[in-house]
Amino acid sequence: MDRTIAIDVNRLCKTYDSHKAVDDLSFQVYAGEIFGLLGPNGAGKSTTLRTMITLLHPTSGTATIMGHDTVREADKVRTLIGYVPQERAIDRFLTGREHLQLLGALYHLTKDEATKRIGELLKLVELETHADRPAKTYSGGMKRKLDIACGLLPDPKILFLDEPTLGLDVQSRLRIWDYVRMLKARGMTVVMTTNYLDEADQLCDRLAIIDGGKIKTLGSPVELKIALGGDIVSLTLKELDRIPSLEAELKGRPAITSVRTTTKGLDIRVESPEKALPAILEAANRLGCSIEFIQYNRPRLDDVFIAHTGRAITESIPEAESVS
Amino acid sequence: MEHYWQEISALTMRWVRRLSREKFSMLFTLVQPMLFWLIFFGNLFQRAADTQVMQAPNYISFLAAGVVIMTVLNNGLAGGVDLLFDKENGFLERLMSTPIHRTSVILSRFIFVMAITSMQVLVILGVSYLFGVHPATGILGVATILLIGMMFGVGLTAISMAMAFSVKSHGDFFSVLGFLSLPMIFLSSALVPLNAMPGWMSFLAQFNPMTWAIDAVRPLILSGWTEALPHVGMVILVMLVFDALCLYGGAKAFRRAMG
Repeated sequence: MDRTIAIDVNRLCKTYDSHKAVDDLSFQVYAGEIFGLLGPNGAGKSTTLRTMITLLHPTSGTATIMGHDTVREADKVRTLIGYVPQERAIDRFLTGREHLQLLGALYHLTKDEATKRIGELLKLVELETHADRPAKTYSGGMKRKLDIACGLLPDPKILFLDEPTLGLDVQSRLRIWDYVRMLKARGMTVVMTTNYLDEADQLCDRLAIIDGGKIKTLGSPVELKIALGGDIVSLTLKELDRIPSLEAELKGRPAITSVRTTTKGLDIRVESPEKALPAILEAANRLGCSIEFIQYNRPRLDDVFIAHTGRAITESIPEAESVS
Repeated sequence: MEHYWQEISALTMRWVRRLSREKFSMLFTLVQPMLFWLIFFGNLFQRAADTQVMQAPNYISFLAAGVVIMTVLNNGLAGGVDLLFDKENGFLERLMSTPIHRTSVILSRFIFVMAITSMQVLVILGVSYLFGVHPATGILGVATILLIGMMFGVGLTAISMAMAFSVKSHGDFFSVLGFLSLPMIFLSSALVPLNAMPGWMSFLAQFNPMTWAIDAVRPLILSGWTEALPHVGMVILVMLVFDALCLYGGAKAFRRAMG
């Protein structure tokens, strides 16, 4: 596949004292995609993101944004990117409009350019009617919308979002997802960190699972799930002595990747459930196995995460690996 | 250059806007606690203080110079607080991810703190005037007082910003601040002239840049140019060294924090 590379991170390391926050990370982000960095807190996502947006200097390795090095050409990089920080980086005493005006000056827009763009952005994030109230009167969702408008003000080629929906209610979350999809539709490249599996699954074209400062796996959500070996059909049989014969019958059939005996039946990994399920039922019928229970599971991103990190994302990082 | 100016003026305007949104804070910025020092302390010690020792017609006219420099001290040491909050809530990162000159944020803070300090110093001198303290060197003397105040304030603000960029939490910041400010005041000539202090205190007070600033401001208020000029010349030299050291330290802390 021949796609333009927007971001190239090459053997990136960042060390604090003796702790390796990011350890030999390499990946590429294609132009026009939504790329996710998924991992638990302290995994190194934010460090990686901060390096890409020129706020951190790598201990070794490089990051280039549209061909520009984040250290040597930091100023050039800053003109290409927009950033939506993780904290509510809002000045409570300024109004929404004043936030955008301040950033307009920092991106060196003329008054007319700034006024025009601020009007468009306030409309986009539906803050027009609240634009002239101090931000301390805003709800969490409104602050997040303002955050995003601030990130979009420079009309960036690449937008960086750090945990964009952390702590938001469901409605606001869905709204933010809508914005992100719309930005992609407009041709923007989006890079986001998240520790929500459903967010990564729903939103990202490709994602990297990061843990302990290393990339554990990288690909599209679908690819990552398929790489686990496909969907699982679990059978519970009434007569346990029939299990071996059914296993022998099913092994090697098309659309079935593997068959494993369990205490009460079989776990069958299948490539395509449409083909596999009828075949399984037909074989069971033919051999006279009566099925007590049948369960069909499509692997979720949770399974991918557990397979690559050895634990669920909600579990805390083991002591030995956490930041000391 | 044009860009640089656009950045600095927008960032400075932000500090002004913030202040103007907080009506109480605005009021108390002008009617500051330092005025109480002047009014209460100045009048309270009127009879307790020996005018022979003070070398001044009354205690309040002696104290005026000290209160002016105390104002500079307080403003300067607190000058980094807003940057500390910006650092903690991520606003600073947002600013730093834009293509601004790395010094713009800091410079805007210096400009704002110096402007507020100048206004407060003028209020102090105005209230002193109402209590009969008329600066002996006139308007030019007042301008010189402001200059000395600015030179001392720049160094202090740099220290404050360096702390803001280096501390782990804002609790640490305020502990250090509270710890620094009282000894700075008592170990200076703000309240009592050096020759009336216990020996060990006057010894330490000599190394306090605040003493040098006060010793130059005081004759500007009490005596006149002939008495004041040597002190003014000296304090400018001392402050140049002081500022150079503070700015160097501040720049280092800033570079460490900002990568």
